[in-house]
Amino acid sequence: MDLKEWFANRKKKQESVEVKQPLSTEEYCALWTQCHLCRELLYTRDLRQNLHVCPKCQYHFRIGAEQRIEQLADPDSFVELDANLASADPLGFVDSEPYAKRLKDASRKSGLRESVVTGTITLNQTPIAVGVMDFGHFGGSMGSVVGEKVARLIEEAQKRRVPLIIISSSGGARMQEGILSLMQLAKTSAALQAFHEEGLLYISILTEPTYGGVTASFAMLGDIIIAEPGARVGFAGRRVIEQTIRQKLPADFQTAEYLLSHGQVDMVVERARLRETLSQIIEFHKGNNPTPLSPSNGKKGEAIYSR
Amino acid sequence: MADRKVTPLEFEQPLAMLAQQIEALEKQMGEGVNPELEKDLNRLNQQYDQLKRSLYGNLRGIDHLALARHAQRPYTRDYFDRWDPQWVELHGDRQGCDDPAMVAGLISLKGYRFIGIGTQKGRSIRDKQHCNFGMPQPEGYRKALRLFRHADKFGLPVVNLIDTPGAYPGLHAEEHNQAEAIAVNLRELSGLKVPVIAVITGEGGSGGALAIGVANRILMLEHSVYSVISPEGCASILCRYADKVAESCAAMKMTAKEIRDLGVADEVVPEPLGGAHHDYEFAAEKLGEVLLKHLAELSKLSPPELKKDRHDKFRRLGAFLESNEPIGA
Repeated sequence: MDLKEWFANRKKKQESVEVKQPLSTEEYCALWTQCHLCRELLYTRDLRQNLHVCPKCQYHFRIGAEQRIEQLADPDSFVELDANLASADPLGFVDSEPYAKRLKDASRKSGLRESVVTGTITLNQTPIAVGVMDFGHFGGSMGSVVGEKVARLIEEAQKRRVPLIIISSSGGARMQEGILSLMQLAKTSAALQAFHEEGLLYISILTEPTYGGVTASFAMLGDIIIAEPGARVGFAGRRVIEQTIRQKLPADFQTAEYLLSHGQVDMVVERARLRETLSQIIEFHKGNNPTPLSPSNGKKGEAIYSR
Repeated sequence: MADRKVTPLEFEQPLAMLAQQIEALEKQMGEGVNPELEKDLNRLNQQYDQLKRSLYGNLRGIDHLALARHAQRPYTRDYFDRWDPQWVELHGDRQGCDDPAMVAGLISLKGYRFIGIGTQKGRSIRDKQHCNFGMPQPEGYRKALRLFRHADKFGLPVVNLIDTPGAYPGLHAEEHNQAEAIAVNLRELSGLKVPVIAVITGEGGSGGALAIGVANRILMLEHSVYSVISPEGCASILCRYADKVAESCAAMKMTAKEIRDLGVADEVVPEPLGGAHHDYEFAAEKLGEVLLKHLAELSKLSPPELKKDRHDKFRRLGAFLESNEPIGA
């Protein structure tokens, strides 16, 4: 072997060296999860037990609708509503791929028919109507089906006179359904108007990330608005704003904590305390029980306390 | 012809060139009578009319968009001024701000009184900046909300004119919670007990347009557009190329006729041939007529009926299937 050959061989060897993917192979990720914030490697089973919150830095991972309901509801109390509603393709929308194909791909990836799951649960034995958005399906975007399911959920809550909780996580309105998506903002808000007039309680929970049309409709219309720590919530996205005003935005811009300090949410509650906080708020809004305290101005007291 | 003075758009160039030729010929004619030239002139004039009709009869989505954004297009104040030269402007959200991008006032159109509210784009450069190019801040939506409630209190109809690229993506707007400002408007508008009519006069840009767009009747001027996101935004997000604007205009179905066919708009209001900017008087007159027709119809409904009518209109909108197939099949 002459020197030339030796160099050629060495070069060939270098080129054919297999580069190992550090974290993305599937079997590895099934066991271990890296925290997006502090980069700590976490054992997935422990993470799940900790409600998908990093034990080291308290980073709240995005979670799916199913897990949310599991964390919130009394065991086996969830009854799904309108599970069979599916998206149509009213515009015949095609960009780089047809919308119909994108829908199928999204469902295959997420295992969901649409980006919101609605139903009824009990929370500490109190019946509640609950809607949970799943960012994992089509970026949690709101098209006709999401609008319809949310509107039906609100109407169901109104009919049963139970409190309503909606957990939002969405990139905004679904462009592929054009103007009909935009109209879902109006539809859900109109349903909430009727709900509102009945004097019923609606708690909106904002989770990472909630943007666009969802923020500009039902997500911001809660009687009480709760955000998860670190969740990014806004109308326009950070990048769009930076490009428009051509200046850097504060690092914590549009985070839950930023929203709290700007008076946009009532509280920031970590996932571990969410269930008990909700339970407490809902219990409180049942109002005063007329028995222990008799109203000071007598006679018509029952009317005041009846709600 | 006065309408040839209007700045031509890109797709109107052939028409503009023909107009130039006609003008040059007319100049020559002025110097002396020549039957040969007269024949040519007649032929050119015929050609001009023909081209004009065929051009405006076959507009693409992006052409409508260009017309809707035309710098000389009549804005909210132009309509208000023509409907009621003595209209009284009202200012302020009562919480520390008056947004010039949202105009409001007391208007009497042929004796019929209503509260007029609308987005305003601004004509000169300074004016445009002052009005933030027709993009209201949250305070603008709250100013509108104050006047919705005012109208409700006095039983006056509300007429909203919409011509806005959308809500403004800015730091101030986010800090002052524009999402909430829009959401509250949607909710409160759907609860009003007076007639509400929304008219898209130019661009209907997403949430910013809808914030004053929840109405018993939605009217759209012939060349106006209404979309969930700007076509530029759609192109850059979905196609990854910002230059695919024409394609995304077509894909989103955003022209007045398409929006009507989707069941969102109730009526398309005709514009002067070539667009509203050719004849402000005609545009204002025509829109006024259509408005009065709808206001008369709505005035027959009782307050609870009006509210129900509006609620039901939006409750119906949307397209979906009932599917029992397994997920992802």
